[in-house]
Amino acid sequence: MDSFAYGRASGIEDALAEGSGPNTVFLAGGTELLNWLRLGIAKPERVIDLTQLTGLAEIARLPGGGLRIGALARLNDVALNDDVARGYPVLSQAILKSASAQLRNLATIGGNPFQKTRCGYFRAEEALPCNKRNPGSGCSALNGINDRHAIFGWNESCVATQPSDPATALVALDAIFVTVHREGERRIEATDFHILPGDTPHIENALRHGELIVGIELPAAAPHSAYLKLRERESYEYAVVSAAVALDLEGERISRARIALGSVALKPWRLTEAEHSLVGVSANDNAAIRKIIEGSFGEAKALTHSAYKITLAKNAAVRAVRLAARASP
Amino acid sequence: MSIGEPFSRIDGPIKVTGTARYTADLRAANMLYGVLVTASIPAGKVTGIDKGGAMLEAGVVRVLTHEDMPRARTPIAGPPFAHSFLPLQDDQIRHEGQVVALVLAESLEAAEAGARKVQVRYAPTKATMPVALAWPEIDRAAEPPRNTGYFFLEPEFSKGDAVHNLAKAPKTVATVYSQPSRHHNPMETSAVLALWEGDALTVYDSTQHVFAVQRGLAALFGIPPASVRVISQHTGGAFGVKGLIGAHEALAAQAARIAGRPVRIALSRANMYSFLGYQPRIVQKMGLGADEKGILTGITHDVVNLATVTDDYIEAATEASKALYATPTMWLRQRAERANVAMPTAMRAPGEGPGMWALESAMDELAVDLGMDPLDLRLANYAETDPATGAPWSSKKLRDAYEEGARLFGWRDRPRFPWRDGDWIVGQGMASCLMGTFRFPSRAQVRLRRDGSAVVETGTQDIGTGVLTIFPQIAADVLGIPVSAIEFKMGDTTLPEAGPTYGSSSTMGVGAAVLAAAQDVRNRLARMANLSPAEVCMADGRIGRTGAAESFSVADILERAGESEIVGTGSFDPTKHGAGYSMRTFGAIFVEVGVDPELGLLRLRRAVGSYSVGRIVNPRTARAQLLGGIVWGWGMAAMEQSAFEPSLGRFLSKNLAGVAIPVNADIPSDITVHFVDEVDEKASPIGGKGIGELGATGVAAAVANAVFHATGKRIRDLPITPEKLIA
Repeated sequence: MDSFAYGRASGIEDALAEGSGPNTVFLAGGTELLNWLRLGIAKPERVIDLTQLTGLAEIARLPGGGLRIGALARLNDVALNDDVARGYPVLSQAILKSASAQLRNLATIGGNPFQKTRCGYFRAEEALPCNKRNPGSGCSALNGINDRHAIFGWNESCVATQPSDPATALVALDAIFVTVHREGERRIEATDFHILPGDTPHIENALRHGELIVGIELPAAAPHSAYLKLRERESYEYAVVSAAVALDLEGERISRARIALGSVALKPWRLTEAEHSLVGVSANDNAAIRKIIEGSFGEAKALTHSAYKITLAKNAAVRAVRLAARASP
Repeated sequence: MSIGEPFSRIDGPIKVTGTARYTADLRAANMLYGVLVTASIPAGKVTGIDKGGAMLEAGVVRVLTHEDMPRARTPIAGPPFAHSFLPLQDDQIRHEGQVVALVLAESLEAAEAGARKVQVRYAPTKATMPVALAWPEIDRAAEPPRNTGYFFLEPEFSKGDAVHNLAKAPKTVATVYSQPSRHHNPMETSAVLALWEGDALTVYDSTQHVFAVQRGLAALFGIPPASVRVISQHTGGAFGVKGLIGAHEALAAQAARIAGRPVRIALSRANMYSFLGYQPRIVQKMGLGADEKGILTGITHDVVNLATVTDDYIEAATEASKALYATPTMWLRQRAERANVAMPTAMRAPGEGPGMWALESAMDELAVDLGMDPLDLRLANYAETDPATGAPWSSKKLRDAYEEGARLFGWRDRPRFPWRDGDWIVGQGMASCLMGTFRFPSRAQVRLRRDGSAVVETGTQDIGTGVLTIFPQIAADVLGIPVSAIEFKMGDTTLPEAGPTYGSSSTMGVGAAVLAAAQDVRNRLARMANLSPAEVCMADGRIGRTGAAESFSVADILERAGESEIVGTGSFDPTKHGAGYSMRTFGAIFVEVGVDPELGLLRLRRAVGSYSVGRIVNPRTARAQLLGGIVWGWGMAAMEQSAFEPSLGRFLSKNLAGVAIPVNADIPSDITVHFVDEVDEKASPIGGKGIGELGATGVAAAVANAVFHATGKRIRDLPITPEKLIA
C-alpha cells in the first residue's frame, strides 16, 4: 500500500473538519478499509481515525419506542444487545451471519454499510476493466463471470451487488442513518443510502464528502422478523442471496410486511409490491405468499449467468416470510 | 510400546501459540525484501521495462528483469523444477501471472510500493485459452501428451478389448464428469530466504523436499550440491504446491547473488494463484460395461486435463480405473489440453482424487441402473489381485473396510428412500477410496546418550502432517525410552537424506529408516552387553534378553565402554521391499447429506470413513490425516473452484475471499474414521502405508451419490453449488 498521513480525531468537530480535506477517509473498525488499501482500491492521502471519539458506541432506547445505535458500536455488541436481539432479530441474525467472529469484534455498525461489492473484477489485486474502480474502463462482469452478480437495478455500466448483511436488515427495518457534516445534520432513510449505478457506479452512497454516520435509529420493535442468508458454506462467506423480512401480525394475518433482498443489486432491494399485497394474507398460506412474491419480480433481469439467482431470491423471500412469522417475540 | 499410542502432537503447543518459526518469520542481517511483478497478459513478449518510478521509491535497491538475471548453468528441464521454464531468462510471456521483474528493497513496504511503479510494456500475441466445458470441444482440443518430465505415471494403458466389450455389454454407463481448476490454498504462502557466503548458498525454505531444492539450485548455478544447504523447519501446509521448485526459490537465490545480500521473498496470496501450481481442470469420459448381475466386462476411461504451452502435466486420473475393480478389459487414456495458463502440479490427492470422482460416480449410476445396492456392486467386482497386472497385493483388506464401515454407518439398514428433516431432504451415498503407494529412499541416524536421551536425525520436512510426533514415537518404541526423551532434528540437507514429503510416503520411507537406525543402536548396545541382538528388548533405559529378568543399564554399558553415546544408522530402500507385489491403499466412505432444494443448499450431516492402510503408528495423528482428507473431499464436492477468466487469461479471484474452502461450521462432529486391523510388511518394515491422501479420494463421488439419492439429480460437474441444485 502507499504511504498516507494518519490522524486521530479528538471530537466530532475535529473529525468533520479533518474529514472534509481532499483525499481523506475515515477509519472506524478498519476491517474493510484495510482491504481497499492493500488492493489499491483506495489510495487516500490522509486517514482520520474515529475510534477515540466518545459517546458514539451506545445503544439506547428512544422515547416512544425504537432504538438508537451509536455508529461506533461493534457489530457483535449490537447483535448480542438484549434490546436488539429481542426486538429486532432480523438485525441480530444478519450481523451474526456476517464475516467472522474476529471481524465482528472489530467492525462497526456505522462502518459496515460502506463495504464495497465482492465483484471479483472490482476486487482484483491489480486494476482490471471496471467502471466502479476506474470510471470509463468498462464492466468486465457484464459478459464475464457474473453468476454472483445482480438481478435487479443493474445497467451496462455495472452489474455488481452490495454485499452487506446488516444493511439489508436495516433497510427492511426502515432504519434511519443519522449523519453529521460541516454543513449540518441529516437523517437518511436506510433504503436511500446506497444508490444504483446509473452512469456513475463509482459513486456508491448518498453521503457527501466528509459526512459521517453518527447513529442509526430503528423504529418500533419488529419481533416477527428474520434474516435468511444463502451461501455454499456455512460461515464466513458472503451471501449468494439473502432475505430480510419484518412482519406485523394480527393473529395469523399479516398486517404489515417489509422485505429486503440482499446481494441482488447495488442496494438492498425492497419488494414493495409484494409488501402491499401481503397485507391481509395469512402467514400460514404458503401458496398465497409464494404467488405474491413471485409476482413482485417483474423488474428482475438476469445476466448471462445469474438467472438462477432469481429463483433463489424468490424462494429465499418466501422462506424468510415463514421464518419471520414463526419468530416469537 | 509407543507405536500405536495416540500421542498428541509434540509440535502442537508451538504452533497454536505462534512460537513456531516459519520461513517468512526469519530475517538475516542486511537482508533485502523481494517482491515480484507479474505479467498482466497471457501471451506475448516484454518489449520494455521502465524501472525509473520504482527506483525513485525510498528504500528500493534494485529492480531485476530478464536482462539482469544470470542464465541457468544447466538447462531447466523437468523436476525438481515445477515448470521446465524459468522466468526472467528471456522476454517471452507464456501465461498471465508469470514473473517479469523482481524488486529488491530495504523493507517489504518499499518493495511493494516499488513493484507497483514498475512499468512493463508488452507486445501481446494471440493466447490459447481453455475451450468451453463440453466433451466434444474438450475432445477436439486434447492432444497426446509430450513427456517433458511431468508424467509421473504412464498416460495410456489397455488390457483386452474394452471398447468391444462395452459395445456388447447388456448394461453400460457412458458419462462425462468434470471438475474445475482448484488451488492448494495452504495457510502459509510460500516463502524463501537465500544467502550466499562466497560460493556457498544457504536457503531457508517453505518446501516439501529440501534435497530437491538443494539439487535443483546447485544445477542452476553450476555448483556442487554440497555447496547448497537447504533448511526447512516448518512448512505451513503444502498439499503438493511446495513439492517442486517454484520460480521464487530460484529467483531469490539468483537475486541474492546479484545483490550480494541475503534476499527473502514471501509470496503474496495473489502470487500463489499467479505462477505456482494447481490442480488443473479435468474432464473425464467414463465407460462401464457390465452383465445383468453387475459383473464388469470392461472399463474405458478417457481423461483430458488442462496443461501449459511448455509442459504437459498429466493428472493420472486413470489410476483409479486401473486398480480398483476386477475387470477383464480396460482402455485408459490421458491427454492434455494446452493453453497459455500457469503450470499445474500435483494436489492432494493427485490421480485417484479426480479419478475416483468419475469412477465412483459411474459405479453408482450403474448400481442404480441395475437396481443393486452400490456396496454390493463393488463387492461383486472386488479385485483379489491387481486388475492391470495380475500381481498379488502387498496387503488389501478392502472387504473388511467396506463391511466395517457399512456397519458403523448403518448402511445395510438405511432407509431405501430419502427422508425429510424440516426443509432438508436427507440422502445417503457411498464410494470406495483408493490411492497409489509411493515410496522413496530415506536415511536416518539415531544417537542414544548415556543419560537415556536420544537424538533422531533425518532430513525430512514438517508440513503439518504429524511427523514431528510419529518419528520420535518409532525410535522411542525400539529404545524403550519416553517420547519426551527424544530430540528430533529434521528439515536440513546436512542431515541424512530423506525422501520428499509427498505421495503419502513419509511413514513408510522415513519411518522405516528411523526404525532401522534405532534398531541399529539397540543391536550395538546388545553386542556391548554381550547379548544376542536378535533376542533383546529395551525398556526404562535398560536392555535385556526378551523375557529374562536380568537387564543392564544403558548408562552403565556406555560408561564401561567409555562412550558418551551410541550412534546407529538406518535406511529404507524401496527396491528391497515388496518386489513383485502391487501396493495401494483402500477404503470406503459413507456420507449423509442434507439438501434444501428450494434454497440450493447442500450440507454434510455425518460421514464414516473406513480404511485399509496397514499398521497405524499414531491413531490420533492418523485420524487427523484422514479427517482432513474427508474435509478436503467435501470442499472438492461442495464449493471449491478457481474460476478462470478466459477474456483476461487469468484466475479471476487471486484472493481467499473469492475462493470458498470449507470452514469449521461446515464440518459436523459426527465423522467416524476407522482403520481395519492390518499390517503390510511388504510395503515397509513399519507395516503401514501412506495415509495423507487416501481420505480425500472417493468423497466427492459419495456426496454426489448422496445428492442423487436425496433429489434424483445426478450432478456430474463439480462443485455442487446452489445453481445446480435448484436447476
